[in-house]
Amino acid sequence: MIRVDSVNLSFSHEGEVNQVLQGISFAVKAEGSCAIIGPSGCGKTSLLFLLAGLLQPDAGTITITGSPRTGTILQHYGLFPWKTVVENIGLGLQLKGEAKDRIGARVEGLLAEMGLTGFGRHYPAQLSGGMQQRVAMARALAIEPQILFMDEPLSSLDALSRERLQNLILQVWRDKRITTILVTHSIEEAVYLGRQIIVLSQRPGRILQIVDNPGAGSREYRQTEQFFHNCNQLRRILKEEDHGPEA
Amino acid sequence: MGRKRDILIAALILVGLWQVSALLLDSMALPEPWIVLVDTASKIADGSLLDDLAISTFRALSGIILALAAAVPLGLAVGAEDSLRRRLSPFIYLLYPIPHVVLLPLIIILFGIGNFSKIFLIALIVFFQILVTTRDAARNIHRNYFHSMQTLGATRLQIYRHVILPASLPKILTAMRISIGTAVAILFFVESFATTTGLGYIIMDSWGRADYVALYTGISCMALLGFALYLLLDRLERRICAWTRTD
Ligand SMILES: Nc1ncnc2c1ncn2[C@@H]1O[C@H](COP(=O)(O)OP(=O)(O)OP(=O)(O)O)[C@@H](O)[C@H]1O
Ligand SMILES: [Mg+2]
Repeated sequence: MIRVDSVNLSFSHEGEVNQVLQGISFAVKAEGSCAIIGPSGCGKTSLLFLLAGLLQPDAGTITITGSPRTGTILQHYGLFPWKTVVENIGLGLQLKGEAKDRIGARVEGLLAEMGLTGFGRHYPAQLSGGMQQRVAMARALAIEPQILFMDEPLSSLDALSRERLQNLILQVWRDKRITTILVTHSIEEAVYLGRQIIVLSQRPGRILQIVDNPGAGSREYRQTEQFFHNCNQLRRILKEEDHGPEA
Repeated sequence: MGRKRDILIAALILVGLWQVSALLLDSMALPEPWIVLVDTASKIADGSLLDDLAISTFRALSGIILALAAAVPLGLAVGAEDSLRRRLSPFIYLLYPIPHVVLLPLIIILFGIGNFSKIFLIALIVFFQILVTTRDAARNIHRNYFHSMQTLGATRLQIYRHVILPASLPKILTAMRISIGTAVAILFFVESFATTTGLGYIIMDSWGRADYVALYTGISCMALLGFALYLLLDRLERRICAWTRTD
């Protein structure tokens, strides 16, 4: 269970205070899936960093019960370009001091699972964007996390690999029962993958609405009436935020 | 292998230019290349040049290695640790632009006129070049690489090993490329007096005796030494920075 309570965050730069997040409160239950959506620069990444413990809030609290293992996929510069695919994926286990052959076996399994067999010795720059994201996913999964934080993992991909990876995320969430928090700027992606969708306002980011989306979690959901309805609802909320209420 | 062929062609052109100049100038002061080549080959074959070649190589290499051993760890730490950088950067700022070669008298007073003084001066000059580059490289690593390590639960030492060092290596090797030229130049300087060994001595001695063939043999060997160090660095770079060549 993740509980965020009245969180504020600001950055100060040369005496100028830049309020980024304001009064953020929500909760995600264990094995839940939560999508965070909002306009560019509204503080989505900052919110994810707070959840992942990479930033500390100015005010408010973030509680994650049971100190679970977490995996994180960052928006930019996530993989280490100087490490091969195998080294990237195995790094978390290596840092924990796991035995070499155990790491090898685990990495081999993940390569197969993510459709990366045969690319273990490549460097990230030699892979397509979609494959890089699958490596990032494999690295996050290597330590068998109970919570997975993802920051726009699919934003740089073409439509086809995007859809394939969305299905992969769905599968990971369902099969491994991992709590997933996904930052995205795609409305369809949020509705497809988040049972709970947090809509942020423009900076400073406040929660405009938390949309319940219990239908998410199956591949068929994409074709349902409810899916389109929820997409439209999200679109309306975001548009109003952009232009003010329609006249 | 087009690159190797191009280098060979360039070498032939340079020797050709030398040949043409020698013929045009028709002076004792510029012997034809084949005469120098024969002289070099015979002196290497009979062993009379080998000692000088060996001692010069030893001095240059030890100087560079000593400089690396000190400058890389210090540069990485100063670049990566804010507090250390704040404290040490003013000193580096003051000490870096000094032409360190003028410290030669002081070094000789402290360490005598033996090998150590020569090596020390080479090391001192190369040290600052590598220190500054390493520091700047370590300082400009993207924040997200550190975040990734943090999410994987890395210790500070692990961050040095897996991020700070490998991320800085390409720039360190580029700095070394420049340093090799400097090291050989300083080598010539320190071998040009108070010694009777080394290629620098050969050059000064044959100059004094107006033995121009021996002079050019010395010069050519000095050039070959620089070139050999360069090739060595190329090898090293290909091995430890394979990730920068993504083609
Ligand atoms: N480390 C930092 N120091 C100062 N300001 C920052 C820092 N990180 C983010 N900001 C600022 O905070 C605001 C929110 O940034 P954030 O990256 O969280 O937004 P975002 O919603 O993820 O944007 P995007 O959609 O472009 O990914 C931006 O104005 C940004 O400039
Ligand atoms: Mg972002």
